[in-house]
Amino acid sequence: MNSPGSPALILEGVHKSFGQNEVLKGIDLTVAPHEVVCLIGASGSGKSTLLKCVNLIEPIDAGRIVVEGEEITAPGVDVNRVRRRIGIVFQAFNLFPHMTVLQNITLAPRQALKMDPQGSRKRALGLLGRFGLLDKKDEYPDRLSGGQQQRAAIVRALAMRPGVMLLDEVTSALDPELVAEVLSVIRELADDGMTMLIATHEMGFARDIANRVCFLDAGRILEQGPPERIFTSPENPRTRRFLQRIIAAGRL
Amino acid sequence: MTTRGTGPGDRLDPEEAGPGRGSKMLGGRAVLVSSASTVLFFAIIAIIVALAPGSGIVAERFFDPFHLKQSFLGTPSTPSVAGAFLLNVEIFAISEVLILILALVIAVVRQIPGPVFFPFRMVAIAYTDLFRGIPLILVLYMIGFGVPGLGLAGLSYLSDVTYGIIALVLVYSAYVAEVYRAGIESVHESQNAAARSLGLTRWQSMRFVILPQAVRRVVPPLLNDFIGLQKDTALVSVLGSIEAARAAQIYSASEFNYASYVVAALLFVLITIPLARFTDRLIARDKRRRQAGALA
Amino acid sequence: MIKRAVLVGFLVAVLLAVGCGGQGSAEQGSKESCDVKDPPLFKEGVLTVATDRPAYPPWFEGSPENYSGFEGDVANEVAKRMDLPVEWVVEPFNKSYAPGAKDYDFDINQITITPEREKAVDFSDGYFDNAQGVLVLNGNPAADAESIADLKDARLGAQVGTTSLDFINETIKPDEEPKIFDTTNDAKSALESGQIDAIVTDLVTTVYLRDFEIDGSVVVGQYPRNEQFGMLFEEGNRLVGCVNKVLGQMKEDGTLSELQETWLQDYLSVPILKE
Repeated sequence: MNSPGSPALILEGVHKSFGQNEVLKGIDLTVAPHEVVCLIGASGSGKSTLLKCVNLIEPIDAGRIVVEGEEITAPGVDVNRVRRRIGIVFQAFNLFPHMTVLQNITLAPRQALKMDPQGSRKRALGLLGRFGLLDKKDEYPDRLSGGQQQRAAIVRALAMRPGVMLLDEVTSALDPELVAEVLSVIRELADDGMTMLIATHEMGFARDIANRVCFLDAGRILEQGPPERIFTSPENPRTRRFLQRIIAAGRL
Repeated sequence: MTTRGTGPGDRLDPEEAGPGRGSKMLGGRAVLVSSASTVLFFAIIAIIVALAPGSGIVAERFFDPFHLKQSFLGTPSTPSVAGAFLLNVEIFAISEVLILILALVIAVVRQIPGPVFFPFRMVAIAYTDLFRGIPLILVLYMIGFGVPGLGLAGLSYLSDVTYGIIALVLVYSAYVAEVYRAGIESVHESQNAAARSLGLTRWQSMRFVILPQAVRRVVPPLLNDFIGLQKDTALVSVLGSIEAARAAQIYSASEFNYASYVVAALLFVLITIPLARFTDRLIARDKRRRQAGALA
Repeated sequence: MIKRAVLVGFLVAVLLAVGCGGQGSAEQGSKESCDVKDPPLFKEGVLTVATDRPAYPPWFEGSPENYSGFEGDVANEVAKRMDLPVEWVVEPFNKSYAPGAKDYDFDINQITITPEREKAVDFSDGYFDNAQGVLVLNGNPAADAESIADLKDARLGAQVGTTSLDFINETIKPDEEPKIFDTTNDAKSALESGQIDAIVTDLVTTVYLRDFEIDGSVVVGQYPRNEQFGMLFEEGNRLVGCVNKVLGQMKEDGTLSELQETWLQDYLSVPILKE
């Protein structure tokens, strides 16, 4: 499937509209294996939509997407199989409220990967232990803090052993004091070499963790490059304006 | 797992439990006032009824202990209302299970996407429209007298109780399917998105994520429909079998006394109360779970 | 919890207050003290008579403004002898024995006189001796029945509120529970669709069904049971006495038998079932 060196993720000419509203106006993006790419941009610029197109939650209107060497937007592709290789975590956590944390995590490995109960449980416990949630394994999500829920959501995605992780504004809904614990989990994943595409407002974090930063504006990638360059000397005037607003708001 | 007990009278939210110690007085006085006003209310009703000129004869014809007992137990020439009530319970138990299943099938079929499933969706929609439109009594007549009249092998030779159950199931499944549908649609789309994103199939997402949440949410209207079903079991008597309301009618016509109806009514109420309290418990227990998992 | 107990307690208290106390119940009127020239009527100058709707032949014929038929004419004759016009009103059977004042003078509706029923209403003397009849479709094994015993293994149906259920349970004692229907029409549907083998109801009605409603059926027999139809009055209504006087005259001078012959002659010649 994937030869070493070939990209983990390729988006080519991706267009997406909702009714009359064109949200993605031709996205070209490549992510190398183990690379961490951060998407920044104003709300409504298309960051969320882009991520949801990658795991086929949103079908694209034009273009192609290739994940680990397989063109997932080709007709006849088994969508469910593709999604098992891509992990996604949402801003709203979206844990299943009628299941315990442990059940949340073992559900997909057991049903989608057909793992046996003991194996899936072992994997889940390992991940929970690693990310400091072992004592919450039999709790229902409503008993967890926001930060704990989001970490659990990340663990749930990791339990499927995805090749690529998509993170959609995963700290935006958290109280400030809970953001750090989630960011540290993401940092660990990056250190482990997970290929990640992260949409985020956390500019400081993006600067620390990203191999590359892409600025999205009105459905297009206006500028991309290493974080040092983007954050200190952006070339595109719109990028500059966006960053100026961020700095003025004290968020960088 | 829960540290606080949940019961119908208990309060769940700390906010609702009442403010601090200072208002214990206020709380006690409130109970006193409400008890006193309740007492006064019913005392007035009791006096009005007792002083009515016909109260004696109404007492005789509706509440006479001799007739209450006799209709309850039955006589050589009239069936026992209590015994006949067992038929209502039997019909209710069997129908309820079948309705829960059939309605779920209809509700799920109704929302399977994709052009190839269009005919199935149409059938599901037509079914709910049809059987919510036709009054139950007409369905009973058509099934109970029509089907046997057709002379089809096997299907036309069932007992009238069976036809009654079939009619109840057909009609109630249409209503309950819509209740399920409301439940399914009330589960936020993000739950389905999360499930599908993990690589679960559409059916797995429905079965493990959506339906469990949907069903929990619609427990109150579901139980409401079933309390209605309990009463409607009485209609099956139109096909010939003697259930509680019919037994009451037979006694009444024979003795020219209505106490049997009071007995039947009490039996129906008695079986409704546990169901209603059970519903309250289920709702209280699941209310907490619903808040987490999605900000929507 | 306390509130709920108080609530329940008072509901019970209300029920008991109604059940035990209250004003006295109606007294038994004397059946003698009625002057035919000046009877106590519901509405001045008219005899208000009730029956059910629909009202079936041969008990009732014609339109509700002006019934004839056997019971229609019995009521008409009673009114004639009291020098009163008849006004017909509707009263469903289930309501005819409800407590409280009635909106009519009496109800005539094939109602059998029984001691239990007499505790709640007043009946006139009997105006018709009723027998039970058994109706079966041709081709059904029960169509050959000649005796009560022959009917033991048949699936029987009867209308609610009739003495037929008593007849079935006390005399026939069938192996299978009888079925009870709201109306004769429902019983007919059940018979025609094969859900029951026989309809048991009053003899006249079974013959009527055989001749006018159900093709290919036979009345296998009748069973007289010492039952009489009576007119139903509100408890304590002195009018009963007047009506009984008039009825007595009708029996003595043969008018009642004439009416019976006119309307019911064709309906009564059915063999009697053996035991």
